[in-house]
Amino acid sequence: MSSPHRPFSIRRRGVLPGFGLTLGYTVFYVGLLVLLPLFAMVLKASTQGLGAFWHAVSDERALAAYWLSFTTALAGAGINAVFGVVVAWVLSRYTFPGKSLLDALVDLPFALPTAVAGIALTAVYSENALVGGALMSMGVKVAFTQLGIIFALTFIGIPFVVRTVQPVLEELDTDVEEAAALLGAGRWATFRRVILPSLVPAILTGFALAFARALGEYGSVVFISGNMPMKTEIAPLLIVTKLEQYDYAGATAIATVMLGASFLLLFGINLLQRWARRAEA
Amino acid sequence: MTSSSFSVPALARRSLLLLTFALGLSNCNKSSNATPSPAAGSSSASAAASSTEPVTLLNVSYDPTRELYTAFNAHFAKKWEAEHHQKVTINQSHGGGGKQARAVIDGLEADVVTLAVAYDVNQLHDKAKLIPENWQSRLEQNSSPYVSTIVFVVRAGNPQKIKDWNDLARDGVKVITPNPKTSGGARWNYLAAWGYALKQPGGDDAKAQAFVEKIYKNVPVLDSGARGSTTTFVERGIGDVLVTWENEALLSVKELGKGKLEIVVPSVSILTEPPVTVVDKVVDKHHTREIAEAYLKELYSPEGQEIAAKNFYRPRNADVAAKYKDQFPAIALFTVDELFGGWAKAQPTHFNDGGLFDKIYKPTK
Repeated sequence: MSSPHRPFSIRRRGVLPGFGLTLGYTVFYVGLLVLLPLFAMVLKASTQGLGAFWHAVSDERALAAYWLSFTTALAGAGINAVFGVVVAWVLSRYTFPGKSLLDALVDLPFALPTAVAGIALTAVYSENALVGGALMSMGVKVAFTQLGIIFALTFIGIPFVVRTVQPVLEELDTDVEEAAALLGAGRWATFRRVILPSLVPAILTGFALAFARALGEYGSVVFISGNMPMKTEIAPLLIVTKLEQYDYAGATAIATVMLGASFLLLFGINLLQRWARRAEA
Repeated sequence: MTSSSFSVPALARRSLLLLTFALGLSNCNKSSNATPSPAAGSSSASAAASSTEPVTLLNVSYDPTRELYTAFNAHFAKKWEAEHHQKVTINQSHGGGGKQARAVIDGLEADVVTLAVAYDVNQLHDKAKLIPENWQSRLEQNSSPYVSTIVFVVRAGNPQKIKDWNDLARDGVKVITPNPKTSGGARWNYLAAWGYALKQPGGDDAKAQAFVEKIYKNVPVLDSGARGSTTTFVERGIGDVLVTWENEALLSVKELGKGKLEIVVPSVSILTEPPVTVVDKVVDKHHTREIAEAYLKELYSPEGQEIAAKNFYRPRNADVAAKYKDQFPAIALFTVDELFGGWAKAQPTHFNDGGLFDKIYKPTK
C-alpha cells in the first residue's frame, strides 16, 4: 500500500537533475494507479445517505469482521516480524548447502495464487489431514478457526519481512560487531544494542507491508476460515457478500472504513519508522 | 478482444472512463460508447452485417455449466454453419453467478447470459436496463431450458442414515452447504429446506424458520461457493452430508468413482431453474440478435436437451426425459414462484442484509 521508501529527492534537489520531471511523473503515476480508484470508491460510498453509511459500517457483523481482520492481520504480521528476522539472519549470515533453494522458497507466497495457498493450507491443517489431525488430538483446532486465519496470513506475509530485513543485514558491517565484542559486549548485548537498532526501521517496514497485505487478503483466507458470521468472517468477505446483493454502496462503505483504518495505521508506522531512523542516526 | 475486459475490475474501469476524456486515453475494453475509435468497431459487429463472415458470441455463464456449454457450443457451431454457411465462435466465461452478472452490468459485452438464479438476471434490467423487464417470459418454461434440483451426497453406505431433510436437522449430523449470501446455488439449498418444512403437516413460516436454523447450526464450514463446499466434503472429508445441485452431485460421483459417495434423493425438493436470455443492448450493438436467439432456442431442441441430460441437467423435453429417467429419479418438486413468490421477493426476505438468514447468526442476547 505505502511505499517503504521515504522521499530522498527534496534534500538532493540541487545535486540530482530531473527533479521536476520525475516528481511530476510520480504524482501522475500514484494518482492514476492509487488515488483515482480510491477516489471512485469513496465517491460510490458517498452516494448513500449518512444514515445508510453508518448503518452499513456499524452493523454488529461488520464490527466483528473489522475486529477479526485487524487482530489476525496484526498477529500474522507480528509473528513474521519475529521469525522473518530469524530467516533473514540465517540467509544473510551463514552459508550452508541448499541455501539458495531456501532463499528462493521464501518468495513463493508472493508468486502463489492466494486461492492455491488457501487450499493447500486447508489440506494440511483440516482435522482430517495429517498435521491438522495431530494438532487436533492435542486439542488445537486450526482450520476453520481464527487460528487458521492467522496461519494463512502469516504464510502470505513471510516474504515482506525477510526481503526488507535481509539487504540491511547484508549491508551491516561486521566490524561494528567485532568492535562491540572487543569492547566486552556479550553476544546478546551485541545483538540487542548494536544490530537490532539498525534493523528496526527495516523490520517496521516489513511489518507494515505484511500487515497491509494481510488486511486485504481474501483468496487464501476464505478457504481456511470457515466463514462463520460473527466468528470467522473477515471484512473482505463481508464486502464480497454485499456485492453479491448488488449493494455496491454498502460494500464501498465497509471498504472505506477498512481503507481509513489501514491508512492511519500505516501512517503511524511510517512515523515510527522515521523516528527510529532518526534515533539511529 | 473480450478477454481483456474479464480482468478489469469495475471500479478501475469506471475510473478509467473518467480519465478518458481528460487524458485522451483510449479505453482498453471498448465498453464506452463515447469513444468509438475505429479499432473498437468489433469484429462481430461488422461481421454479422454480412451473413457469411465469421461471427463471435459471448456466453457469460456460471461455474457448473462448463462441461455443458463446451459440448453444446460445438454442436451449435456445427449446426449453424451447415444451415447458414457462417462460421460462429462462441466464447465462454464462467464464474460465480453474482460476479458474472456484475461483470455484464459493468460492461462485459455478453450476447447471452446463462446464469444460476433469475435474481441475478433481473439485475441486468434493474441496474443497467440491458434487458426488458419481461425477459423471463420471452422463452418457454420460464426461460429455463434445463433444470435441476437439490439432493444430498453422503458417504458410502450412508453411515448417518440420511434419508430426508429432517435428518439434516438432527443433532450431531454435520451438514456441508455454502454460504447463501455469497453463493447463488446455495440459496436454492436454503429455500429447498424451507419448502420442505412448509410442506410438512402443520408447516408454517415460523416452523420453517426454526427448522432451517437448526440445519444451519449443523453447518461447520460455510464455504463461499458451491465448488468450495464440494471440496470440503469430498477432498477434506468433512461433514456427513453435502447439500448440492443434482448435476453437481452426479458429476462428483462420476468423477470420484461410485464406491466413495452416494446420492440420496429427499422426499421433496425445489425445482432449480437456471435461466437464459439474450442481452438486448449488446446483441443490438453487435447485430447478433438473430444468431443469439437461435443459440438459445437450440437449447430447447431435442439435440440441445440431450446434451443437457448428458451433462446431468434435467431436460424439459418429455421424450428426452423419458430416455434418461434412470439418471433422474422422480421427485416431488416445488418452484420458487409457488412457495416464495419468485426471486424478486425471496431474495430480500431471506438473503439480503437483515433478512431471515442473517437472523440465524445474530448473537443471542
